[in-house]
Amino acid sequence: MGEQKKTFVVTRFDPDRDDAPTTREYEIAVQPDWKTLDALNFIKDHVDGTLAYRWSCRMAVCGSCGMMVNGEPRLTCKDVLSQYGDTVHIAPLANFPVVRDLVIEFDGFMEKFERVKPWILRAKEKAVEEGTHRQSPEQLADFQHFSMCINCMLCYAACPVVSNEPAFLGPAAIALGHRYNLDSRDEGNGARNQVFRGDGTVFSCSYANECSEVCPKKVDPAAAVNQAKIGALLDWAKGLVLPRGGPE
Amino acid sequence: MEVRRHDVIIVGGGAAGLRAAVAIADADPSADVALVSKVYPMRSHTVSAEGGAAAVARPDDSLEDHAFDTVKGSDFLGDQDVIQYFVEQAARELILLEHWGCPWSRNEDGTVATRAFGGMTTKRTWFARDKVGFHMLHTLFQHSMRYAQIRRYDEYFVTKLLVDGGAVRGVTALDVRSGELFVIAARAVILCTGGGGRAFPFTTNGNIKTGDGMALAYRAGVPLKDMEFVQYHPTGLPRTGILITEAARGEGGYVRNADGERFLVERDYGVGTKAELGPRDMISRAIVQEIEAGRGLKGTYGEYVHLDLTHLGEAHIEAKLPFVRELARTYVGVDPVHEMIPIRPVVHYMMGGVDVDIDGATDLPGLYAAGETASISMNGANRLGSNSLTECLVFGARSGEKALEFARGSSDASEDVLRQQGAEEGARIDALRGKRKGGEKMAVIREQMAAALERGCGVYREESSLEEACRALAQLRGRYADLGLEDASRVFNTELVAALELGNMLDVAEAVANSALPRKESRGAHTRKDYPHRDDQNFLYHTLCSFDPGGPRIGKKPVTLGRWEPQERKY
Ligand SMILES: Cc1cc2nc3c(=O)[nH]c(=O)nc-3n(C[C@H](O)[C@H](O)[C@H](O)COP(=O)(O)OP(=O)(O)OC[C@H]3O[C@@H](n4cnc5c(N)ncnc54)[C@H](O)[C@@H]3O)c2cc1C
Ligand code: FES
Repeated sequence: MGEQKKTFVVTRFDPDRDDAPTTREYEIAVQPDWKTLDALNFIKDHVDGTLAYRWSCRMAVCGSCGMMVNGEPRLTCKDVLSQYGDTVHIAPLANFPVVRDLVIEFDGFMEKFERVKPWILRAKEKAVEEGTHRQSPEQLADFQHFSMCINCMLCYAACPVVSNEPAFLGPAAIALGHRYNLDSRDEGNGARNQVFRGDGTVFSCSYANECSEVCPKKVDPAAAVNQAKIGALLDWAKGLVLPRGGPE
Repeated sequence: MEVRRHDVIIVGGGAAGLRAAVAIADADPSADVALVSKVYPMRSHTVSAEGGAAAVARPDDSLEDHAFDTVKGSDFLGDQDVIQYFVEQAARELILLEHWGCPWSRNEDGTVATRAFGGMTTKRTWFARDKVGFHMLHTLFQHSMRYAQIRRYDEYFVTKLLVDGGAVRGVTALDVRSGELFVIAARAVILCTGGGGRAFPFTTNGNIKTGDGMALAYRAGVPLKDMEFVQYHPTGLPRTGILITEAARGEGGYVRNADGERFLVERDYGVGTKAELGPRDMISRAIVQEIEAGRGLKGTYGEYVHLDLTHLGEAHIEAKLPFVRELARTYVGVDPVHEMIPIRPVVHYMMGGVDVDIDGATDLPGLYAAGETASISMNGANRLGSNSLTECLVFGARSGEKALEFARGSSDASEDVLRQQGAEEGARIDALRGKRKGGEKMAVIREQMAAALERGCGVYREESSLEEACRALAQLRGRYADLGLEDASRVFNTELVAALELGNMLDVAEAVANSALPRKESRGAHTRKDYPHRDDQNFLYHTLCSFDPGGPRIGKKPVTLGRWEPQERKY
């Protein structure tokens, strides 16, 4: 098969040893049907066992393998290698602290994620014996695409606000909170809108739309952020400080 | 060494582990639960499940039919008491997920939609488009965040079960980020670590499915059950092994050979009128036979046949199978709206696992297991598609409740014993990390292990190839002791983790091959060329495989029958 050589310039950093990140170059033969992750796996197996990065599903659904490829946030298991020239630069996702090499630390996101209460809030929980809620296909369609987020963090790496204002909730967390606000089974809008208006407020977003452009799952977080702004404003305007059904 | 204490430890944050954690938190809000996972829970491989989760929901369906389909699918090796409990609890669990926010696909009237699945007599598979595992996992994970008493250890790799005084007392866990080893102590431990398909070269399983929990239990003296039964899914993409869900056939897809024939209809492969919706073992065998008869297509990555969805139309595919379309386009460059998808049988699921009873309890007091890592004997010799996601919920919940009960009735282990065992394990890990002395390369051992399994324990097996696999794997186990590693760093050392995983996969691989050798019959997914028929007289039992320094020891355990006596399995 049409093998071709490519040079990978990979960012390396081991906090035990290095003061600052460096790069290392690997020249390997690649196959035409490879994704960027295939090249990293080849390097790891056959050239340099010390390279650290995350991956698992290799089918673009677990969200582990986000990295900067030639300066753009990419899901490397989905990223077609043949689109690049002879040299490919691979670095950890931007806007995150680095644990090591290509591994980022996203405790900050996990904390923001929890803050938007990404679960169903109701004044009174439905009993199992009552069966499922009725939800029409249209009601489902209202929030479905916002529920497709794989938490890959590409949108944070692309977001110009996150880089300036680390406290900003950020695209994925807002999209996920908003997803529950739109769910016909949920009554937690008030509680979440309060979060949306609080620290890391949704109003920091400058609607640059970068997040939606890099999203590998077409979640369109920019739209979610925009809708969340409107929801949070209306709620505030109505003077509703307490959540609709009351639960916190 | 630091010792952390909890009431119950759950190892694994997939569907089974998260469900167990929530069950414990609901049963006793004061219970302190540790959820230890080698990846962030939402990365668990449950995320990749596409097709659906089974539970009786329609008025024209019945628990009896679901139970019988499962028993028959298992080729009568499933325990019927377990199956009965499973079908009774299934709908309850899927309703709970609905209450927690799972975006199940809907009928026009707002009720939950169901689809057809292989080996099921009616539409009883609930789905959320074709990303069911993803939605179930994210729903469970997000719901679990409500409970402050669930203490998560994300990216902690469990290396060993700590046993003292005849009971499990906790685990040692490597904090991957810092490289530090911790003792986590508890009165009960539940293994929810998923399957081990990565031991094979061509699999639908992600990189993390390395059979860790099976190996942990095996090394602690708990037998593995029915390990010879490895499910090949008929429709994997060549090279990557990425799954194209059975829902593609449930929605009306056809399987065709090089001549364009629907061979499941044209020839007798035992699937009868179910055709493409026959059970997986039968369809995988049919594909292998078609290819061997010269009716396959030749590709860069071996021979294959076609999955044809072109007659379904773009609207139907977009509405029901959008992920299938994305996967086919991205990974084989084929748009299923217009072209057929190349597919071949691929290792998918392990029916075998840690031997547990209907409560999820092993015979080591305090140790439980649930989900794919357990063999609760629901799936017997062949699992029906869409039963296992539901199994993770039903038995995740039950094992959680039972483990909590056990924990309440037992006492804490002595700190000294835990520390000492922890220190010994720490020394083992330190010796392995960056061990340059060894002469063996990890990738080489892994590839040879996978090749040995594929040759010996593929869709078709026979005496000589099985013996050869057992020999080759024993030898690889010896060579593993001489592994050479490069990475001496403590921080996020993925090479160290992979080396530990390889050790686990070698245990799993040996258990598979050694369990398959003495089963001189064909049943479910275990098909012997030299013994082509099922033999209830001699082999209607579960295989047990126990660790022994001299090599795996094989034993037996009776099957629990009930309402249904074994009969010929025809569709
Ligand atoms: C591609 C694919 C599609 C599928 N589709 C369907 C379907 O449509 N319907 C269906 O019913 N079934 C399906 N299955 C099967 C089903 O998805 C799995 O059997 C099920 O999700 C397993 O869940 P689990 O909770 O047991 O394990 P997993 O989801 O695999 O989770 C295992 C957990 O254990 C943790 N872990 C493992 N080892 C360690 C360790 N050493 N230390 C710490 N943590 C550890 C991991 O981090 C992870 O959190 C599919 C499987 C695959 C591969
Ligand atoms: S490896 Fe799972 S998203 Fe890339």
